[in-house]
Amino acid sequence: MSALPIAIPEMTTAGGFLLVLALMLPFLGVLAALVLGGRNAQRVAFLTIPSGLALVVAIAVEAVQSGGKLVYLLGGWVPPLGVALRADGLSMVMLLATALIILAVAIYARADFPIPAGADEARAPLMFWTLLLAVWGSLNLIFLAGDLFTLYVALELLTFAGVPLVCLDGRPETLQAALRYLVYALIGSVLYMLGAVLLYGAYGTLDIALLAQRVQPEPAAFVAAALMTAGLLAKTALFPLHLWLPPAHAGAPAAASAVLSALVVKGSWFLVVRLWFDVMPGVVTPAAAQLLGALGAAAILFGSIVALRQERLKLLVAYSTLAQIGYLFLMFPLAFDAAGNVLGHGAALTGGLLQAVSHATAKAAMFMAAGLIYAALGHDRIADLAGVGRAMPVTVLAFALAGLALMGVVPSGAYIAKKLMLEAADGSGQWWWTIVLQGGAAFTAGYVVLVLVSVLRRHSGAMPLVKPVSRLSELAALALAMSSLLLALAALGPVPGHLVSNLLAPKELGALLAVVLGGVLLALGISRRPLLGTERADTGANGGPLRRAALAAGVAFERVDIHARRWPVASMSLLCLALLFAALIVGGR
Amino acid sequence: MNMALLIDGSLVVLILAVAIWTIAVRDSFAAVVGYAIYGLMLALAWVRLAAIDAALTEAAIGGGLTGVLLIRAAVRLRPTESVVAGEMPGRFVKALAAVLAGTVSAALAVVVLSLPVPAPTLAPQVAGHIASTGLGNAVTAVLLAFRAIDTLLEAVVLIFALIAVWTLTPDNFWGGRPGPKYDTDPNGMLAYLARLLPPVGIVVAVYVLWVGADLPGGKFQAGTLLAAMWLLAIMAGLTEAPPIRRRWLRGVLVAGTVVFLAIGFAGVPLAGAFLAYPEGFAKPLIIAIEAASMLSIAFTLALLVLGPPERSEHS
Amino acid sequence: MNAVTFYGLCGAALVGLGLYGLIVNPQPLRKILSFNLVGSGVFLLFGVVARRGAALGMGGDPVPQALVITGIVVAFSATALAVALLLRLYDASGSASLAPPQPVKPPEA
Repeated sequence: MSALPIAIPEMTTAGGFLLVLALMLPFLGVLAALVLGGRNAQRVAFLTIPSGLALVVAIAVEAVQSGGKLVYLLGGWVPPLGVALRADGLSMVMLLATALIILAVAIYARADFPIPAGADEARAPLMFWTLLLAVWGSLNLIFLAGDLFTLYVALELLTFAGVPLVCLDGRPETLQAALRYLVYALIGSVLYMLGAVLLYGAYGTLDIALLAQRVQPEPAAFVAAALMTAGLLAKTALFPLHLWLPPAHAGAPAAASAVLSALVVKGSWFLVVRLWFDVMPGVVTPAAAQLLGALGAAAILFGSIVALRQERLKLLVAYSTLAQIGYLFLMFPLAFDAAGNVLGHGAALTGGLLQAVSHATAKAAMFMAAGLIYAALGHDRIADLAGVGRAMPVTVLAFALAGLALMGVVPSGAYIAKKLMLEAADGSGQWWWTIVLQGGAAFTAGYVVLVLVSVLRRHSGAMPLVKPVSRLSELAALALAMSSLLLALAALGPVPGHLVSNLLAPKELGALLAVVLGGVLLALGISRRPLLGTERADTGANGGPLRRAALAAGVAFERVDIHARRWPVASMSLLCLALLFAALIVGGR
Repeated sequence: MNMALLIDGSLVVLILAVAIWTIAVRDSFAAVVGYAIYGLMLALAWVRLAAIDAALTEAAIGGGLTGVLLIRAAVRLRPTESVVAGEMPGRFVKALAAVLAGTVSAALAVVVLSLPVPAPTLAPQVAGHIASTGLGNAVTAVLLAFRAIDTLLEAVVLIFALIAVWTLTPDNFWGGRPGPKYDTDPNGMLAYLARLLPPVGIVVAVYVLWVGADLPGGKFQAGTLLAAMWLLAIMAGLTEAPPIRRRWLRGVLVAGTVVFLAIGFAGVPLAGAFLAYPEGFAKPLIIAIEAASMLSIAFTLALLVLGPPERSEHS
Repeated sequence: MNAVTFYGLCGAALVGLGLYGLIVNPQPLRKILSFNLVGSGVFLLFGVVARRGAALGMGGDPVPQALVITGIVVAFSATALAVALLLRLYDASGSASLAPPQPVKPPEA
């Protein structure tokens, strides 16, 4: 082996200090909220969040002007001795999306955490605002840090901020969900750390840019790649490592669920992208990427079908998150071209990024809408949502638009993302992902249709609203849902024009119709309660043979899900996956 | 086989034996005690690996504080032992788990045996730049100069963990005191030790902090010592845990991070970069950061061991 | 095979032992214990990497040694949080089990 380069000649770029500010501002907010306490926590949050958003916009502007990445060498020390902050296009998009969603969630949650008059401090409000800022700071660190150990600390920060959000209301079920989340997430981080240790042992640095130069296909890199990927997948709750997500996201308060589903799971996903595309593109093989894609497809299938089986709205949305996480991993096999080289920053990566941002905004909006419905009615049983459409039109509109955005319907960011990935699939000849991409939308449509049909039913008599919901909160949800659709404006930016030239062509509208129809059929078949209200629930005794078969299939999927979420099975799946990845990385060369 | 190999071999065998016992023993309390022993033996292993700072930290935090934490938990959870033990998986699952875990171990062993020789190392770079920090202890230089961001974030991790623990407070005890009211015999052995040891502990802690600039030591080890002394005083009933509502407590908890951030940001005009030190002033600034952080770490670690408030302020 | 490799293999074995304990032991407290075992095994591996990088009069590469210290503190805070959560779960529900998952629904008014 020739002498390793000591360091890349790297310098802090102009405007790099903005990165430091964007990183430290949320943490300063956390400290201020903790010390000032009481009602000041909310004020600190509303001071910090818009400032942070302005900072992130400034970073984006600076980067566009200087035409590339921003780098900041912390302490002036050059890697590998020191740590660098780096912002490339990927980071900046995620930074912007995160800041926007945090702002929307903050506006939404103003009404949810009142401090009782007479008390100067209450637990849930203080902790919610502090944890919101904490999650934001941790995510910014994940997007900006250029060193694997700093990223490990960032992952732990994110976990410590996310877990208490799950059990914010203190009920035993949420406490148990939080504990399962914590322990499983800790296994994930420790596997990640193990991989980082092996990489340092072999290459003498943990800096991402340096590692990209030094990593060779050898045992240390193979094992590190497999372990780190598996650990990060556990934190992202990709099927079958999803044991903690449904109860955690369904049990948390709505604002917290929005943050958890939309943002927290994106943190570990982002690290998988960094790892595969930037650190070890030469180590990972197309076979391993196909495994990732297969897991994603399985997630879409299982998540959507089990979502259709749910009786509670928040659980449905939580399982929908599971399905949408699957979409995020379809980009990996599609990033390899026909010859088996990682394309780096091609159509699949852009598509995946767009998918992530679309999903984040739409899912946050969906949880917000679900939370508003629950707050208004006092319950969220899907079967008993009749009349909500009339009583809370803004909320239902937000939900519907979010659902459309998730389905990938024109116009929405997810639609552009799907087009990008379809193009990558055509280019590399992987026709099977085309089927998954097109078919997955129908599954999403299924549960969206399920909820909308229930919500738009007429209610006999007056609507028993427990309490009125804040108009501001409704508007925040609607704004997020619309922004997910407006992401289609990305078509004006880096997306090739030929993808979107025929938005209203018959082919597109036909595809849309097929998706919705497919969704309706699925909902008719699999939902627990009859969609159109003529059978007895769940026995299927009055349904035809097709309905019975579909119901049986749905029950079977649900059973598999319950088994996959038992602790021994889930923890063994984690190790199995790590070993499978290692095998495919070694064997697929 | 020479003496060193014999010592190391025996230590490894002992460590693995205690670890296996910890996993396999039926009673959870016994497993926790086993873990405390394991922590101390691991500290010995660190000494053999010539990482004294790590050895100190492992002994103090890994063996000591973690042991205290787990023992308190094991005692409280005793009634649930038999109930949960019924969920032990069957033979097939155990065998499969053993195969999977064993394969991971084997893969790691292969990597360990195939690590490059000569090993890539950053020691020359550290040696080249350590003079500008004015420190003699290379580990402290890495922690507080070259990779200061990790240490800064680490303080933030501790605060986040404490916030997370405080979130678990029952609503009616919010703002109250962590931990139970300890009812100890004021003339007993524990109270006697709690009067005798803390002054010694404080002096040793300050020494460990001061000497950490040039020899093994530093704020983590010193902070842990202080935390242990305070916990001793609380458990002996000599003092009470403060209510978490108190401003001064929250101020102390964040003081270390705030000082770190202030000096870090001051580095921008004075030394050209965030977390850089101006020429000639590195050592005093580093000592200032360490001193402030030591206090914050001490309070945070102790409060993490005590847990969320379990009684109101005035009980 | 020299002494440092012994410790490396020890670290690898500890990781495997801890992972086994995580899968098999039903008590959450013992899962937390196993997690600590895995963590300490990983740190031991890092220490082996550090020792192998000894040069210029230093006993080992100081960067991994420093990172191990940070890691030990982070692992402790994780353990503290997990234990606090477990004890709170026990206080609130009388049971300290991770399985079967109680069906979590948002509460009814």
